[in-house]
Amino acid sequence: MAGLDLKDIHKRFGSVVAVQNVDLHIPHGRFVCFLGPSGCGKTTLLRLIAGLEQPTAGRVLLEDQDITDRPAHQRNFGMVFQSLALFPHLTVGENIAYSLRIRKKAAADCRRHVDELLELVRLPGYAARHISQLSGGQRQRVAIARALAIEPRLFLLDEPLSALDAKLREDMQLELRMLQQRLGITTILVTHDQREAMTMSDLIVVMGTDNQVHQMGSPLEIYRHPADTFVADFIGTSNLLKGVCRSGRQVVISGKTLSVEALPAGVSAGSEVSISVRPEDINVLSGAHEGENHLQGQVAFVRDTGSSVEIYLDCNGFQIISQSTPKSRPAVRQGDAATAVLPPSACVVLST
Amino acid sequence: MIGGPPKGLRARLPILYPAAMLVVFFVIPFGIMLAVSFFKREPGGFYTTDFSIGNYANLFTVLFGRVLVFSILISAFCAALCVAVGFPFTYFITRMRRKAQVVWLVVLVSVLSLSAVIVAFAWSIMLSQTAGVSNLLVWLGLMEKAVSWSPGFWALTCGMCYIAFPYTVLVLYPPMSRLDPHLPEAAQTLGASPVTTFFTVVVGSLRSSIVATLIMVFAFTLGTYLIPQILGRPQHWTLSVLITDEAIYRSNLPFASAMAVFFMVVSLALVGLTMLAGKAKEPSPR
Ligand SMILES: Nc1ncnc2c1ncn2[C@@H]1O[C@H](COP(=O)(O)OP(=O)(O)OP(=O)(O)O)[C@@H](O)[C@H]1O
Ligand SMILES: [Mg+2]
Repeated sequence: MAGLDLKDIHKRFGSVVAVQNVDLHIPHGRFVCFLGPSGCGKTTLLRLIAGLEQPTAGRVLLEDQDITDRPAHQRNFGMVFQSLALFPHLTVGENIAYSLRIRKKAAADCRRHVDELLELVRLPGYAARHISQLSGGQRQRVAIARALAIEPRLFLLDEPLSALDAKLREDMQLELRMLQQRLGITTILVTHDQREAMTMSDLIVVMGTDNQVHQMGSPLEIYRHPADTFVADFIGTSNLLKGVCRSGRQVVISGKTLSVEALPAGVSAGSEVSISVRPEDINVLSGAHEGENHLQGQVAFVRDTGSSVEIYLDCNGFQIISQSTPKSRPAVRQGDAATAVLPPSACVVLST
Repeated sequence: MIGGPPKGLRARLPILYPAAMLVVFFVIPFGIMLAVSFFKREPGGFYTTDFSIGNYANLFTVLFGRVLVFSILISAFCAALCVAVGFPFTYFITRMRRKAQVVWLVVLVSVLSLSAVIVAFAWSIMLSQTAGVSNLLVWLGLMEKAVSWSPGFWALTCGMCYIAFPYTVLVLYPPMSRLDPHLPEAAQTLGASPVTTFFTVVVGSLRSSIVATLIMVFAFTLGTYLIPQILGRPQHWTLSVLITDEAIYRSNLPFASAMAVFFMVVSLALVGLTMLAGKAKEPSPR
């Protein structure tokens, strides 16, 4: 199958485990995000792909060819570093033309190519500028243009947007996404910002503090069907309820029985499980009501952010967070008795 | 406060101290030397106050010109040699683990504690016929019979470079260790082999440090006067030797001063030219 394959990759620095047990297939032409908390090995994995690190064990395959031992300068993968790593002694044009110059391209060809790339990243006429005369966002674009100059087979970006302010970051996210769709290059972006990952990517690879890959899937899939409690907790907010499984697709949570639609493989009556429910799937009714998947409690806190309303319910020892739009806001106030309704289809059962 | 020049004596105090030091230890001695260079020598005595350019006129001899050119050439040669060897050497040190770096730097600094006399005699013994390395080469069968390499031009070059090398590394080390390690990596992802990376990125982005180091080693080796006397033949004596000779053994301070002043002017002009050349190549910020 075409694309990039990582086969059982392990990387240790001395006794420190940087990444372990990584088996990934990255399809051709997709935008993939590596998402995870700090220190989970995202940068290390990206550097392994780029050839800047050698895996302790495992193989890297590109289009079914083993490239594990191929040095970085023979891989033709464009990379944008977190620090950008623009050459300070060269101008914008010379930075972008660097890869063309060392390939001994004619000067006129270089100039034309540089102008095209500057057009692409919307910095026309900046070729003669010095790197120190650019703003953060402009440097960003130069780094992207420089990496694209080699017409890379794979485009790798390590948290390239983390140094930009919120507004510029959102603009750049959109631009980068559109650029990738236009060029159709397989792109891997490292980020620890889950919103960034959700808005930009075709596929998200979620990595955990144990330096392993927890789940790979489309943003929606990962949000709706997290593979485990770590993913459920890391992506967005989630209500995680611990309980015990009973026969007939039922889970008992501190005395209350909840119906669910599906159970994961390997879970049978008596197993300990967690249920993950997204806040926006929970309805809150004023007063105490009985019924299927109804949990009675008391309103502990109401948080109104303007665009949404969050209600924190105290249900005999565990907390439930519900989220709704201001229009469909339930008529409850702090201290009132209320009932949370958890639709069975929204209850995702996790085995850990 | 911010932006405005500091006002009053209190505000200027921090800068007064180094200024005073500069005047006492640099401007005044140089002024004295400059004045003496215009004085007249009193045969058998010291010198008498005068204003004659006779000392400078006496400089224009074949001997002085030859020694001046030789001094400048050998210093420039040693500077180039030191930087050519010291630059990659320092680069490899900065790539090492922290502990190994410290060990190497300590070794280099300890070389500095050796006096020039010891270094010069050590080299002259090492390159001598009776106990030098040529005996080792004979023993290994690489040479017919032991020869003497000292005194001579290459012995002098070895001695001067040996003294200047630790300074070269110590001056290059700070900018080199501040070099963003991602720069060479970025070059590699762009298709540059390690060798191309070294010359286009490491050397390129440290160009101003290289020029500064060249100037520093050049100026430093210009001033050595012991090593040429021990490791060089009389035709290898540098201007510093001549000046020392004139000042101490012939007690002709006015002439020695004139030589020193002229020497300084020429070296400063050369340093200025080197700096201009280094600047011209750098892309000027607009
Ligand atoms: N060169 C190295 N030597 C030793 N340990 C390293 C090295 N590089 C990374 N590590 C360790 O490997 C682990 C993963 O590091 P990595 O830089 O890949 O994390 P990351 O996910 O990119 O984190 P962040 O989001 O903070 O950038 C960390 O525990 C780190 O300390
Ligand atoms: Mg990182």
